[in-house]
Amino acid sequence: MADVATTVAHDEHETTTGLPHTKLAMWLFLSSECLLFGALITTYVLYRNASVEGPFPADVFDIGYTSVSSFVLLASSLTMVLALAAAQKRDFMRMRLWLLATAMFGLTFVGGQVYEFTAFYREGLAINTNLFGTTFFVLTGFHGVHVTVGILMLLSLTGMSFADRLPDDPAFPVEMVGLYWHFVDIVWIIIFTVVYLIPTAPGAK
Amino acid sequence: MASITIQGDDRARGIRRPSALTGFKSWFTTVDHKKIGLMYGVTAFVFFIVGGLEALLIRSQLAQPDSTVLNAAQYNEVFTMHGLTMIFLFVMPMSAAFFNYLIPLMIGARDVAFPRINAFSYWLFLFGGLFLYSSWFLGGAPNGGWFGYAPNSTTDPTSGMTFYALGLLLTGIASTAGAVNLAVTVINMRAPGMSFFRLPVFVWMGLVTQLLLVFSLPIITVGLFELLFDRRWGTHFFDPTAGADPILWQHLFWLFGHPEVYILILPAFGIFSEVLPVFSRKPLFGYQFVVFSGIAIGFIGFGVWAHHMFAAGLGPVANTAFGISTAIIAIPTGVKIFNWMATMYRGDLRFTAAMLFSVGGVAMFVIGGLSGVTHAIVPADYQQTDTYYIVAHFHYVLFGGAIFGLFSAAYYWWPKVFGRLLSERLGKVHFWIMIIGFNLTFGPMHILGLQGMIRREYTYPESLGLTFWNQVATLGAFLIAVSILVFIANVVKTKMQHRPLETNDPWDARTLEWMTASPPPAYNFDEIPTVHSLDEFWHRKYAEDKNGKLVPVQAGAADHETGPPSRAIHLPSPSYWPLVAAFGLPIMAYGVIYSWWLVGLGVAVTLVGVYGWALEPSVAE
Amino acid sequence: MADIQIDRGEGTEEHGSAHAGHPSAREYVRIFFILGAITAVEVAIYYIRDEMGGWFLPVLFFLMGSKFVIVVLWYMHLKFDDRRYSRFFIMGIAGAATLYLVVLISLNVFAS
Repeated sequence: MADVATTVAHDEHETTTGLPHTKLAMWLFLSSECLLFGALITTYVLYRNASVEGPFPADVFDIGYTSVSSFVLLASSLTMVLALAAAQKRDFMRMRLWLLATAMFGLTFVGGQVYEFTAFYREGLAINTNLFGTTFFVLTGFHGVHVTVGILMLLSLTGMSFADRLPDDPAFPVEMVGLYWHFVDIVWIIIFTVVYLIPTAPGAK
Repeated sequence: MASITIQGDDRARGIRRPSALTGFKSWFTTVDHKKIGLMYGVTAFVFFIVGGLEALLIRSQLAQPDSTVLNAAQYNEVFTMHGLTMIFLFVMPMSAAFFNYLIPLMIGARDVAFPRINAFSYWLFLFGGLFLYSSWFLGGAPNGGWFGYAPNSTTDPTSGMTFYALGLLLTGIASTAGAVNLAVTVINMRAPGMSFFRLPVFVWMGLVTQLLLVFSLPIITVGLFELLFDRRWGTHFFDPTAGADPILWQHLFWLFGHPEVYILILPAFGIFSEVLPVFSRKPLFGYQFVVFSGIAIGFIGFGVWAHHMFAAGLGPVANTAFGISTAIIAIPTGVKIFNWMATMYRGDLRFTAAMLFSVGGVAMFVIGGLSGVTHAIVPADYQQTDTYYIVAHFHYVLFGGAIFGLFSAAYYWWPKVFGRLLSERLGKVHFWIMIIGFNLTFGPMHILGLQGMIRREYTYPESLGLTFWNQVATLGAFLIAVSILVFIANVVKTKMQHRPLETNDPWDARTLEWMTASPPPAYNFDEIPTVHSLDEFWHRKYAEDKNGKLVPVQAGAADHETGPPSRAIHLPSPSYWPLVAAFGLPIMAYGVIYSWWLVGLGVAVTLVGVYGWALEPSVAE
Repeated sequence: MADIQIDRGEGTEEHGSAHAGHPSAREYVRIFFILGAITAVEVAIYYIRDEMGGWFLPVLFFLMGSKFVIVVLWYMHLKFDDRRYSRFFIMGIAGAATLYLVVLISLNVFAS
């Protein structure tokens, strides 16, 4: 049964298109982010078989571990969308709960990456070791920074809700943060497949 | 006098939001698009002078063979900074100045979609430019050319190219923020009845420019980060010994760099499309063609980037493909030229300074465009590339096209912004000295290039026989400088004479910005106009009788508005936080070079700025 | 107070996304399990990639693409929202895909 929920686009003025400024801006921004991550992924793909020396992906990757991380991030998208649904129903208790859950999943993901990266580092893979280290850490690092900024926004939203500082229609900022958060998730969907699941032939160039 | 109220939020807590709309301090907290546009314009003009001085240094060095005005290292810094300054710190922000000031007025809005983001993007631009220039005092300016080719840029031992990467990242963020803001403004804040196809062409070109920025800046952002990481943290993005391919830099750079040149010229195309009709007393010929060709140029502009890499060894297939796409982009450009000419044909022409610069701009652009077409022929480009023939081409389109366009805009909209006219007499003197000086400077470079004079080279031997035309070029450059002095004298003189306008609409113009007072009040329009057609303002002033002659419409909606508004208009409140948020970013940039503590400080300052911004007592924007 | 009279000249879209077919919480959870299942399949075929030979990459990309599309259409709500948002996003995705594919092809990444 569909929830009767509306996302009231809250801009004080009427807009020419009827679309809220912020949502239009967010989609424009996310399109530009496609080009940003596209360039980083292209760099990775270009250099995937080009490292002159190891360690190589097969030496360090733990697919099982990273799969769990990926599930965690997917789960965070679920909790994000549940937070929005709660906000639209004006159930602010649940909204805060789901926002916090999303932030927790995000933190788990980032924590998992930090653990993964330190393990790689101990196995001899640093950002300047070889092309694999360079492209891998910069691509996943940029993604991780984006996740972290997202976590900050989620926690800020939660805090502002507790402090009664959200606008009368809080579903809108939650929706905006949600769009950003889901985008960060879909970038990971691509990274997980392209970087982790497509095997590399070491020294094949 | 209309009561302009800044609405306060009765839950105001923490630092009180500033409310002053006038006074020196108000410039630091302003979110008014007109004041922000003015700041962009003044700052950009200062950088223009600096970039011009750099040009004079270059021309002084090249006036004689084996000259010692600048040594090789200094020359590299000067020509790099000249390019960076003119492109990123002059033309782009000066275009932003005009877009910021005029777009809301031309679409019948009271401000932009995101006034605080607008302020943020100005301050970050200023800080980015200052950051870049601080490099002169902190170990040397960038010296790898504005194009920063790796591995030269990654391995240069001086710190200049690190400043290059960080400086452009800062200005890039500023431009992206500004672009999202202006794009949403055009799409979402048009007056009632102003459909897309009733927008002035200047606004259309503005929209295409902002979209080009939004889609091209992320690409160079990645390139610059990769360059920065290679320099600062030993990564191997462009390191052939580690298996990398420096050509990747060229792809990333030019994927941005080519749309960038359309970002530089489209505003001027918009300006020509406004000025030529007004001073021909005729509507723009083929409005829809001009609009669609602008969109086409924006689109195809993403498909030609490797024409900057014809000599890089991409191979015949890539070269052919890009040669073809480059030839194709000449078509929509040509369409515009013919439409401008048709606009002037049989028009009631008035050769004011603004008109001279627009006509001259189109003419100079055509010359540059023709040399551009010769570059599209790949085997010919093999001869031309890296020679002064290319230098001639891009100066004809960028100086002759874009900068002449910006001067045309200055003369045309000066009365709107300042409430007084620039001297027409001095304006004409400026124009003629400038166009003669310009052609003396860059015309001979076609010859020099085909005679084999290489770019980016601090000197040349006597035996090459290049001396004569170099001397002519240097003479031309100093003539350009004289013409700029004439312009500055014009500005100062007319300010001191203080002759206010007799009418808000001194040019008998066509578009909405001329409907309101000159300069406009803070709230732009007393009443937001309802638009019924293209060139709405013109149609409110004139109708055509059965012979097609212009007949003034009875007074009513002529060039005055009905008087101060009868009720309160609320405007977005000023704010400290955009400046604070922007200020943290150059601190982070210095931190990347010098100390992680500084990065931390910069992050903290930006976070304070962002949270202050999010939490300050708001008014409806 | 604010009395800036801007009539809606065009585009009388309703605010936000109050269209029929707005997913319920239960549907969102179902979508999550679908996404999870697809991920599980991706990981599973990773372990049998050698047996799959030339099919591995196309299947993998299909699965990845499906997850991408599902999140965008449902979680990011583009399926139900105004077409104009989709237009911008498609410009970004299609532009990125095209440009970067050309770069990779020209750098012989796909040559054997």
